[in-house]
Amino acid sequence: MFKFDKLVFGDAGWGDEFLIATLMTLLVSILSMGLGLFLAIITVWAKIIQNRITRFIANFYTTVIRGVPELLVIYLIFFGGNAVVMSIAKVFGYNKYIELNALTIATIAIAVISATYSSEVLRASYLAISKGQIEAARALGMNKFSIFFKVISPQVIRNALPGIGNVWQITLKDTSLISVTGLVEIMRQSRISSNVEHSPLTFLITAAILYLCLTTISGRVFKTLEVNYSKGFST
Amino acid sequence: MIEFLNSIQNSLIYKNFFLVLSGLDNTILLLLISLPLGFVLALLFALGRVSKIAILSRTIASYIFVIRGTPLLVQIYLIYFGLGSVKLIRESFLWYALKEPFWCGVIALTINTVAYGAEIFRGGIQSIEKSQVESGLSLGFGKFLLLRKIILPIAIRKVLPSYGNELILMVKATSLVSLTTYMEMTGIARKIMAKTFAPVEAFIAAGILYLFLNFLMVQFVKYLEWKYNPHLRLNN
Repeated sequence: MFKFDKLVFGDAGWGDEFLIATLMTLLVSILSMGLGLFLAIITVWAKIIQNRITRFIANFYTTVIRGVPELLVIYLIFFGGNAVVMSIAKVFGYNKYIELNALTIATIAIAVISATYSSEVLRASYLAISKGQIEAARALGMNKFSIFFKVISPQVIRNALPGIGNVWQITLKDTSLISVTGLVEIMRQSRISSNVEHSPLTFLITAAILYLCLTTISGRVFKTLEVNYSKGFST
Repeated sequence: MIEFLNSIQNSLIYKNFFLVLSGLDNTILLLLISLPLGFVLALLFALGRVSKIAILSRTIASYIFVIRGTPLLVQIYLIYFGLGSVKLIRESFLWYALKEPFWCGVIALTINTVAYGAEIFRGGIQSIEKSQVESGLSLGFGKFLLLRKIILPIAIRKVLPSYGNELILMVKATSLVSLTTYMEMTGIARKIMAKTFAPVEAFIAAGILYLFLNFLMVQFVKYLEWKYNPHLRLNN
C-alpha cells in the first residue's frame, strides 16, 4: 500500500522532487506572508485614520475576501489577473500580451487572502496600546516618525506575534490551494507523482507529513520569537 | 428604462447568477450533514480531551494535531483519491460511500470541523469556574446532570463567537469539495468559466452567493448569541 521505495532521492524515486516542492511551498508562504503583512499595514492604516472613504474601502475589502472561499479568490486572480494587468498596461499605452508567471499570481492571491487576517490581528494589537504611551511620547517631544518606530511598532509586534503565528499557519495551509494554478508545490507534486505511479495514498500521505512538519517547525519558531519579544514583560 | 432592464437581463453576471444558484442546494446539503454531525462529535471529542483517561485524551490530542496541521485539501484528496486506491476498501461496504464525491466531501469536512470544534469547546469547558462545578456538586448533581445542566450550557454559550467563526470557515471550505468533481457552486462557476471564457463574471456571481450564505450564517450565530447570552445583551 505505502510504497517507501518510491520516495528515494534520484531518478528512481520522488524524494528530490518533493524536496523542491517543499521549498516552493515555503517560498510562496514567506513571500505572500510578507506581501500580506504589507497590505495589512495599509489596510489598518486606512481603517484607523479618521476618513470615511478609506475606512469604507478597507472594510469592504476585508469583509468580501473573508466571506468568499479562498479557492474562488485564487481562481479569480489566476484567471482574471492577466486581463486586469493587461487593461492597466493599456492605459499606459502598452498593447502587447502580458502573462504573469504562476509564482507571481500565487503570491498575490495568497497575500490578498492572508492580508485580511493579518490586518485584523494588527488592528487589535494597535488598539491594545494604551493612549498614555503615545501621549507620553508626544510630551517628550518625539515626532510622528519616531513615535511610530520607537513606541508603537515594538509594542504592536509584541502584541501581534501570537496572532501572526496563527495567520502564518493559515497561510501555509492555504498555499495547498495554489496547486489548482499549476504551480508545483507539495500538493501539486503529490498529484503528479500519484498519477505517474498510480499510488495516490503514498504521495498524499507524504504531502500530509510534509505539511505537518512545516506547521510544527514554524510553530516552534514562533514560540521562540514570542519568548524573545516578551523579554522584560514578565507577567 | 426597459432597455436598461434588458441589458441587465442579458448581462453575463445575471445569467451566471442563476446557473450558479442551481448549485446552492448541493453546497447547503454538504453543510446540513457535516455541521450538525461535526457539532455533536466535536462536543464528544472535547469531553474526551479533558477527561482523566490518559489514552483517550492523548489519542484525541494527536488527532487534533494532525488534522489542524494539514490542509483540508490534503484530507479531501486522501479520502477521495487515497482511500479509493486501496483494494481492501474498494471491496468493502465502505466503497458505497467513498465512491461518491458527495460522501467523501461530507466525511472530510466532518473530520476537519470536529478537530477545530473540539479545540474550541475544550477552551470553553476549561474556562468554567471551579466554583460553579462545586456548587453543582454540593446540590447533589451527578456527573451526567452536572454536564448537562452546568458544564455544557456555559461552555457552549461562552465559545459561540469562535464557533461561529468555525462555521463560516466551513461554509468557505465546501468550495474545496468541487475539486473532487462534486458540482456545487464553485464547481459550476468553474464549468461556466471553461465554457464562456469569462472568468470574472462567473466567479463574481459565485462570490456574491457565498457572501450571502455567510451573511445568513453570521446572523444565525448573532441570534444564538443574543438568545443564549441574555446577561450580555446591550439594550434590553
